[in-house]
Amino acid sequence: MIPRLVFENLKHRPIRTALSAVAIGLQVTMVLTLVGVSRGMLDESARRQKGTNADIVIRAGGSAILGFGVEFTAKLEPAFRQYPGVADTTGILVQSLGMLDGITGIDYDSFNRMSGGFKFIEGGPFTNPDEILVDDIYARSKGVKAGDYVKNILGADRKIAGVVESGKLSRMFMQRARLQELTGKSEKYTAVYVKVADPSKTEEIAKGMSDKFPNNSIFSMEELASLMSVNNIPMLRTFIRVVIGLGVFIGFLVVFLSMYTAVLERTREIGILKALGASPSYILSILLTETVLLSLIGSVLGVIFTFGTRWIMHVFVPEMVQITTPDWWPIAGGIAVVGSLVGAVYPGLKAAKQDAIEALAYD
Amino acid sequence: MIEIRNLRKIYKQGDVDVFALRGVDLDVAEGEFLSIVGPSGSGKSTLFNILGGLTPPTDGTVQIGGRDIMQLTDAQRTDLRKQAVGFVFQKYNLLPTLTVNDNIEIARHIAGTHDKPRESWFADALKLLGLESKLGRKPRQLSGGEQQRVAIARAIVNRPSILLADEPTGNLDTENSDLVLGLLRDLNEKIGQTILMITHNPEAAAYGHRIVRMRDGRVVA
Repeated sequence: MIPRLVFENLKHRPIRTALSAVAIGLQVTMVLTLVGVSRGMLDESARRQKGTNADIVIRAGGSAILGFGVEFTAKLEPAFRQYPGVADTTGILVQSLGMLDGITGIDYDSFNRMSGGFKFIEGGPFTNPDEILVDDIYARSKGVKAGDYVKNILGADRKIAGVVESGKLSRMFMQRARLQELTGKSEKYTAVYVKVADPSKTEEIAKGMSDKFPNNSIFSMEELASLMSVNNIPMLRTFIRVVIGLGVFIGFLVVFLSMYTAVLERTREIGILKALGASPSYILSILLTETVLLSLIGSVLGVIFTFGTRWIMHVFVPEMVQITTPDWWPIAGGIAVVGSLVGAVYPGLKAAKQDAIEALAYD
Repeated sequence: MIEIRNLRKIYKQGDVDVFALRGVDLDVAEGEFLSIVGPSGSGKSTLFNILGGLTPPTDGTVQIGGRDIMQLTDAQRTDLRKQAVGFVFQKYNLLPTLTVNDNIEIARHIAGTHDKPRESWFADALKLLGLESKLGRKPRQLSGGEQQRVAIARAIVNRPSILLADEPTGNLDTENSDLVLGLLRDLNEKIGQTILMITHNPEAAAYGHRIVRMRDGRVVA
């Protein structure tokens, strides 16, 4: 009987119901989009790391998983190359350009040799040291093509020599030696990518290199990719928690206002139920059931909206990769339900404690 | 059935005490149809609210079927409304979102009897009330008289000891008033329902077996 009453109540005020469900849905979308973008960006980053075709990655000791801000001496590269079982190496230098952008300095020949070579969509390789290469996602998001100039890259407008297929380490490349010179980091690398002769010995070689070069962080590519998860990025984890907290608060506010209005609107009906002998817990259970149903409808809407945000990201911000995260649907739904229930407690108690005589006299 | 002795009710309005009942004595026999008349402010509704367990008395004794409602806790008064008392209000007070059938069923649900089939006498009562063909309708699809008949059906579905009707014809035209009053009398005669009815209307009061007059918080005749 309570579900029927709740369903009829929701149907009776379709606009209030729709607005509340949409507001809860937006909260769910906010959480799912954030998680989807975080995972998408990390997955994309791992995919591009793997796109180098390397088996082992060597970085400066103490580097963060996603951190490319720490360099080490390039003089170590010959020693890495000579380590038993290593077939090839290529060193890179990464320079941040602010926000999410960065440029990667590569040794074109060794990088191509290891990665299997760039696939050019437009243009071709560098013809002079001041040119850059960009990937197709960068080109699409910035609306540029081969031959165009990208403004103010390390103090100059730089010509795009070629647009390459995405998936190889970075979205923007220039020649390593020139980048080292422009940034004053000659003889510095951010990472060295290593190809081993026998991939089945990757873990063994990575461990051996870690022992021999204790001042560097050395990962097999599989290990590095597996470390690129939200749980291993403390700042991202904290950020997600903050957004979840915000989501709970929004759910609380939406449902608080919605239910508070509903209780005022239904004062007389609450009085009728009390006159029929409904206990405070019966009244409370009606409102809490309504809240749970509303937040479940909102959660379903939120999941649907997430496909919308994914499409928006894909079309308007292609460098921000958002993936679908079905494992988070129940979590985001649970967050919505909890926030909503907290929001329904005060209006619910107010309704439960309402004086029946006053409520029946309410017009 | 109902035995009321020296019943007093004092409301607080700010710092002022309002004496709504000033010592009411009244006996109602089982199966009686009692009309209570009196001007506004005479204490009729307060008496109903106390009998219905909606508000506790300040002093005195009220025995309903041997239970002293003066001694009841809030939860016990809630149980009293569930099981022993049925209300019919002037404004019908149906739940607007529910059908006629669900308005009746919710009273059974609250009383905890919804799992059991309705008793056979209730089918006769529905026939008497002329509601058999209107069970799927919402209150807004019914006339005032029909809504009041639904309210009566809801009030009696749990077979309460007493039916309290507060101005049940106050919002109805003459034709519907006669119909509703006739139905209350039929229910009283056919199923032995004890009824207490508040009314301003002398013609309506005449449907009862007995008329009690109230003035200034007391029974005067």
